[in-house]
Amino acid sequence: MTGDDTKHLPLEDLHVAAGARFGAFAGWSMPLTYPAGVMKEHLHTREHAGLFDISHMKLFEISGPGAEALLNRACPFDAGALEISQSKYTFFLNEAAGIIDDLIVTRLGQQRFMVVANAGNAEADEKHLRALALDSDTKGDFEAQGDFDAKVDALDRVFLAIQGPEAWAALSRAGIETGSLLFMHGFEPRENWFMSRSGYTGEDGFEIGLPEADARDLVAKLLEDERMMWVGLAARDSLRLEAGLCLHGLDITPEIDPASAGLMWAIPKEVRASGTFIGADALRSILERGPTQKRVGLKPEGRQPVRAGAALFDADGSPAGHVTSGGFGPSAGHPVAMGYVLTALAKPGTKLFADVRGTKIPIDINPLPFTPHRYRKG
Amino acid sequence: MAKTYFTEDHEWLRVEGGIATVGITNYAQEQLGDLVFVELPELGKKLAKGDTAVVVESVKAASDVYAPVDGEITEANTSLSSDPSLVNSAATSDGWLWKMKLADESQLEGLLDEAAYKAHIG
Repeated sequence: MTGDDTKHLPLEDLHVAAGARFGAFAGWSMPLTYPAGVMKEHLHTREHAGLFDISHMKLFEISGPGAEALLNRACPFDAGALEISQSKYTFFLNEAAGIIDDLIVTRLGQQRFMVVANAGNAEADEKHLRALALDSDTKGDFEAQGDFDAKVDALDRVFLAIQGPEAWAALSRAGIETGSLLFMHGFEPRENWFMSRSGYTGEDGFEIGLPEADARDLVAKLLEDERMMWVGLAARDSLRLEAGLCLHGLDITPEIDPASAGLMWAIPKEVRASGTFIGADALRSILERGPTQKRVGLKPEGRQPVRAGAALFDADGSPAGHVTSGGFGPSAGHPVAMGYVLTALAKPGTKLFADVRGTKIPIDINPLPFTPHRYRKG
Repeated sequence: MAKTYFTEDHEWLRVEGGIATVGITNYAQEQLGDLVFVELPELGKKLAKGDTAVVVESVKAASDVYAPVDGEITEANTSLSSDPSLVNSAATSDGWLWKMKLADESQLEGLLDEAAYKAHIG
């Protein structure tokens, strides 16, 4: 694969040495599976611990006296309510309240925040942030000046996720104590490191952004531990789907608003009522009339997976919605899916049908998640 | 005496008495990863070479398996309904997919032998 624009992970050689099978995702060549296979990698993460290279994701540092105000404009949340080391799940919305990206924001200091964004949207996110920032580096360039006295830095880091019930113990053995860190909190344990207790699997776990040389040391130490194994993007997808977590680009997109997506829990009441974030007016009018469709969990009857794009119908054969993510849930032991249905049909237990290659497969609205979250909240 | 043929689409056929047993190769199952579902064909269904005979589904994706020659389905491997992973663990034996009565045995001439298949996958 030469001569194209595919981006390569800084640790790609380690994945090659581990026997990874690669595939394209969001412009990156990513390890999809290792020789153990998606099923074992998935189950191992839920039982022990999995090591994921998620360096395709992007870390932005927002700093300066206007950092808080910038984030309150960019995201429908209250940056001022975040205590130091506290993280929040939030979004960038467009003027129509469509989700440009979903992200996690952590307060690092009085005037410093870390934003973790998705690979496929990193460029759009950076543009979005820079348009709001009055960056001292670009002073004098009127085009680049936003309203907020803050600086946006795109950080060059390897980003690793260590997920599973034994993640903390494996990290401890590798010399990284996680003791008092709780779910959805993050801090800078060393220079140029960022570590948070968070993840995309539904399990307890950590995400660590760090310089490449440090990452190579940490990976070597972690893989000495028999509780730890490399886990590829295929299992990352089946783990997050069982956990009911959205994948931006499929389950949430710039055409989907947080109310339809069932993500209003991420937007505080006061912010809904009087926040001045981008998309506020549109979101308020959507809330007033109620979303016409809603994101739901879907459980197909039998063993056959129902995948993204499958059309859904009600018992009378009328269109009911569509599937946005679907596959097999190794821990659930059955196919699992997510999608959007008309609000009137969104109640768990509602029986619908999915069209798979011309066959109508019975599919039930199922509560999310399919496997219980096991976060360490206190 | 049964003779085994291969296709460039990573299928194998074992032909005996005008009936071909068809499956995917070990290389193919490795590429697909853990299978979770196999959509088996209806008995008596007539297929032309290149028609989709079976759909195999991994955790991540669905893939078509094509009829390597013209013929009629005489049997489907129903043990795959309860254990699709047989295709991973025994691709060229217990993990066979279907049997078909050949419509035109001369079509076998165009298929690969084992040495040619091995050269094909490199």
